[in-house]
Amino acid sequence: MSSSLDLPPKGGFSFDLCRRNAMLESKGLKAPTFLKTGTTIVGLVFQDGVILGADTRATEGPIVADKNCEKIHYMAPNIYCCGAGTAADTEAVTDMVSSQLQLHRYHTGRESRVVTALTLLKKHLFNYQGHVSAALVLGGVDVTGPHLHTIYPHGSTDTLPFATMGSGSLAAMSVFESKYKESLSRDEGIQLVVEAISAGIFNDLGSGSNVDVCVITKGHKDYLRNHLLPNPRTYVNPKGFTFPKKTEVLLTKITPLKEVEVVEGDAMEIA
Amino acid sequence: MTKQHANWSPYDNNGGSCVAIAGADYCVIAADTRMSTGYNILTRDYSKISQLTDKSVMASSGFQADVKALQKVLSARHLIYQHQHNKQMSCPAMAQLLSNTLYYKRFFPYYAFNVLGGLDNEGKGCVFTYDAVGSYERVGYSAQGSGSTLIMPFLDNQLKSPSPLLLPAKDAVTPLSETEAVDLVKTVFASATERDIYTGDKLEIVILNASGIRREYMDLRRD
Repeated sequence: MSSSLDLPPKGGFSFDLCRRNAMLESKGLKAPTFLKTGTTIVGLVFQDGVILGADTRATEGPIVADKNCEKIHYMAPNIYCCGAGTAADTEAVTDMVSSQLQLHRYHTGRESRVVTALTLLKKHLFNYQGHVSAALVLGGVDVTGPHLHTIYPHGSTDTLPFATMGSGSLAAMSVFESKYKESLSRDEGIQLVVEAISAGIFNDLGSGSNVDVCVITKGHKDYLRNHLLPNPRTYVNPKGFTFPKKTEVLLTKITPLKEVEVVEGDAMEIA
Repeated sequence: MTKQHANWSPYDNNGGSCVAIAGADYCVIAADTRMSTGYNILTRDYSKISQLTDKSVMASSGFQADVKALQKVLSARHLIYQHQHNKQMSCPAMAQLLSNTLYYKRFFPYYAFNVLGGLDNEGKGCVFTYDAVGSYERVGYSAQGSGSTLIMPFLDNQLKSPSPLLLPAKDAVTPLSETEAVDLVKTVFASATERDIYTGDKLEIVILNASGIRREYMDLRRD
């Protein structure tokens, strides 16, 4: 059985198994969970540029899979992107657009612009109709000035002076809405971002651990990994614990095999 | 034509973990104090531990509305017992009562995952562990709740001898001293808090021994 023309796979998603998966789910099989980043991510525009912030917890359902993951992704020397949603999707889409931007820089001989990254990301996400579950906060400073955008999984974008995304976005936004003003200084901006992320860390169960901050200004960036560590382990047993060196032998029973009778069968047939 | 399913559930899970460890002459019962729903925290300071008699203490995680109702039923039944028998219920007796109360609602269960700890008639520590409909067993230690899958294997590793793993079943109490058991509980909750989002805020520890009852608190991660 062979088809007349074997087309090469077109890439992207194959929806062939969707019907079978739906059938299995109706029979009671639980689909495997994705590693989501739970997450609180924020961005704000200040006097000299943009500041991005993120928490560092990655969850798999109710379990913390990574206590200190990196959610602020590099796009270009002057552009960074925070990602919420499915971890694999945010990683893949930011890596891909980062490479595309590098090629574009070689081609044009110019510094990348934030709107370029924005358009490349939204084109990709719209094309996948929301199946690529990545919610992003994109920020950077280029020749046209500082820019901050949010990008939703279905491909829509907003341009804002301050933005939050992720499960902790409401907690973080409550801080921004209360305290944000235009032309913040660098220190004020970092302080506000830290407060917003902390609100997410302590009030949202999907976010936690540490605060990462990234400050981007004209011609310079400061990636402050683990800028704040407000969650040390509360108790360490001073004496430590002992663990058995090997598996405990509970029972040993030796049964000698009796005489094994070999019966000649039919000769093996190889067609 | 598939059957239409309810889009409203009478249950909710408020999260949290409970642990109890039985010793030769003491019993340690502990639970975290976080109450949550979905991704939100309702309160950081809610006690999941309830003292049923002088000698038995119950810790329950799950749906706290059902837990509260269950506690009320048990304390009412205990009061009646005291009027009729002129004495308090023993821990094994309370264990049986809890099991019967849970099974009574076999077809609309209390969404409560319980662990009962106390001192038996001889003054030795005892721990009883339950499922939602009343199946119970006397054990040397147990963990229930959202962090139980993280806690139980470590307890098995450290408290091997009183566990049902070793045949024949030994005396169901751990050889650890009271301070060592409390240390173990603190470590176990600090670790569960790291990896379970529903466990955290504060740890409440209740220690029952011949001299009475004692309470200790410890801070846990609040994120």
